[in-house]
Amino acid sequence: MTQANTPSSTEAFDLVQAVKDAGFAGMVTFGLCVPIVAFRAEQDMANKLVLQQRWWMALVITGLVIVARFLFSLHQHSRRNDHAQQAPAGTSSALALIKPYLAPLGFGFITIYPLMMLAIHGPSGSIKWIDNFGIQILIYVMLGWGLNIVVGLAGLLDLGYVAFYAVGAYSYALIATKVIPETFPFLGVWAFWICLPISGLLAALWGILLGFPVLRLRGDYLAIVTLAFGEIIRLVLINWVDFSNGYAGLSSIPRPSFFGIPFNASDTGFAAVFNLEFSPIYRTIFLYYVILVLSLMTAYVTLKLRRLPVGRAWEALREDEIACRSLGINTTITKLTAFSIGAMFGGFAGCFFAARQGFISPESFVFLESAQILAIVVLGGMGSLFGVVVASIALVGGIEILRELDFLKEVFGPTFDPSQYRMLVFGVAMVLMMLWKPRGLISTRDPSVVYKERKAISGSMVQEGHG
Amino acid sequence: MTTPLLKVEHLTMRFGGLVAVNDLSFDVHRGEITALIGPNGAGKTTVFNCITGFYKPTEGRLGLRHPDSKTYLLERLPDHHINWKAKVARTFQNIRLFQGMTVLENLLVAQHNPLMLASGYSILGLMGSKSYLKSEKAALDKAVAWLERINLIDRADDPAGDLPYGDQRRLEIARAMCTDPVLLCLDEPAAGLNPRESLELNTLLTSIRADGQTSLLLIEHDMSVVMAISDHVVVLDYGVKISDGAPEEVRNDPRVIAAYLGVDDDEVAAVEAEVGL
Repeated sequence: MTQANTPSSTEAFDLVQAVKDAGFAGMVTFGLCVPIVAFRAEQDMANKLVLQQRWWMALVITGLVIVARFLFSLHQHSRRNDHAQQAPAGTSSALALIKPYLAPLGFGFITIYPLMMLAIHGPSGSIKWIDNFGIQILIYVMLGWGLNIVVGLAGLLDLGYVAFYAVGAYSYALIATKVIPETFPFLGVWAFWICLPISGLLAALWGILLGFPVLRLRGDYLAIVTLAFGEIIRLVLINWVDFSNGYAGLSSIPRPSFFGIPFNASDTGFAAVFNLEFSPIYRTIFLYYVILVLSLMTAYVTLKLRRLPVGRAWEALREDEIACRSLGINTTITKLTAFSIGAMFGGFAGCFFAARQGFISPESFVFLESAQILAIVVLGGMGSLFGVVVASIALVGGIEILRELDFLKEVFGPTFDPSQYRMLVFGVAMVLMMLWKPRGLISTRDPSVVYKERKAISGSMVQEGHG
Repeated sequence: MTTPLLKVEHLTMRFGGLVAVNDLSFDVHRGEITALIGPNGAGKTTVFNCITGFYKPTEGRLGLRHPDSKTYLLERLPDHHINWKAKVARTFQNIRLFQGMTVLENLLVAQHNPLMLASGYSILGLMGSKSYLKSEKAALDKAVAWLERINLIDRADDPAGDLPYGDQRRLEIARAMCTDPVLLCLDEPAAGLNPRESLELNTLLTSIRADGQTSLLLIEHDMSVVMAISDHVVVLDYGVKISDGAPEEVRNDPRVIAAYLGVDDDEVAAVEAEVGL
């Protein structure tokens, strides 16, 4: 590396080299743009192909690439100097300064968030903000934290996590629409609260059923089998029509009640009991707090488990499975616990999802969901709870935000729909992350036990696990 | 003579057509350091892997007798029971520490099984029960005691991967010792150590022997270690035992010398006649 060769801590910025690099990148781009961008064949009214020339567009793209390449050189240069000066100091000072206030501030914000939105946007305007942003992000935070146990702590690459989400959702939907009305009709209003633990347990059971044959596989093989499992669950839900109603899905799933008081316009409904004017916003706010409590429970259990022998065994398994075996750790059981506990939280989230939507179909449990949850875990930094929150806000909230950017229509014309570019943004964000922080946003590991002084462990030391 | 701690009888390990260990029998005695030596590829690590459950031997019996005269047949135990029930611990030729975990955490992972029981399979632990907190404290004390013994207490909160090589070797031994083994198997503990570190290692190993709870079985190429500390040496060549006895006897055994140094061509017949090949 260059910094090893230069004894001085700062080196002069090589302008000539940077300009050369930028020019070269521009030439390559222009070369590529000539056939792809500059000429375009279009059909005219008479169905004849007309060659359009778009040289201005090729030039704009080339210009953008030149500027970007130049900025990248500048950035690399400043980073190299930062590195030389700050390497012993560790994390950047700005982050260290706000770090102690981050947790209480964040916690306070998410607690009053729905009330804040209600105050700003009024009862009807705030539903979108609480539901699409608050609840949606929190569901992914919870799923991310659940998967984090499997991928981040135990180092088992699970590409089919959405299967457990589906098991939880269908458990609730089937029990609440079929079993409870037929056998225990008096339990109707309590359906959600009874089914929540059942869905979690069923998902955990499926985790164990899948885990037993699969966990002897390692690395890529495990990933492929879990991927297949996710697809199998979805295909069964599509094809076993008697059981799950196939593509049509299950509808009129009972909504959660306020501990026995339903959210409806009747005399015994929430609004009437508490002397409020009826509005759907109360249910949305209540759902927000339910998922908030559920995800905080996930975080609490994860943090607790990390400090228990089982959590340390998970991390040891990620670090070195052979050493674990030599220390008398039953690796199969240890992997199974990680798998089933992760699945259980997926099941809770699924149950909540079904109750919130009121309608579920196999469409909600496609592979893309698994990929998105995994992306949240990897982007957040494997094993880091805080990182998962940031990544969920960025990935889920960021994509929702794109829908709100109406001012872009002023710039690009009325047909421009920013939400169509979400996959592009997603991809660019991934590439930037790989360049800038390949180990995720929070790339340090926090030790589970401390003798004298708590020191964060650099991510380059920590293994990613391969089984 | 007392009954041996570990009795290896007719151990054979075949990988397809390759016979790595052939009809090997030897004893490891209680309270002794037994060294297993031999040229490269002699099958020493294969013997270790059979004893510690990483391989299931093709033939033979590995009988381990505890001080309370309970006997375990190691070839029949599932691999995690070899450490947990039969109390056989090992280290590895290429160090296998949990590099991203702190030095202290490494020693706590080693006490996984007793702690798991104490935490009521995590249920009592999640509820923060007093009895679990007490056993966790005891486990920490034990880890700290070992860190003081191997002079790594100042680095307790550093990741294990940051330690210098010699310290990693000692930490791996301490980690294995935290499982309270009756037999500690060390695969080339002195490999890559400088003479001073090698001397420290000798002191550590003899002090473990002096504690009286643990007997040691070690593979080693460094003869200064083998001759200085071992009570009993077993020599392997091509998977066959060629010598077995006190270090002095083994050192002067012509078969051992032939295996290590080779012999001149014109002496082959004479040596072969002498060793009975």
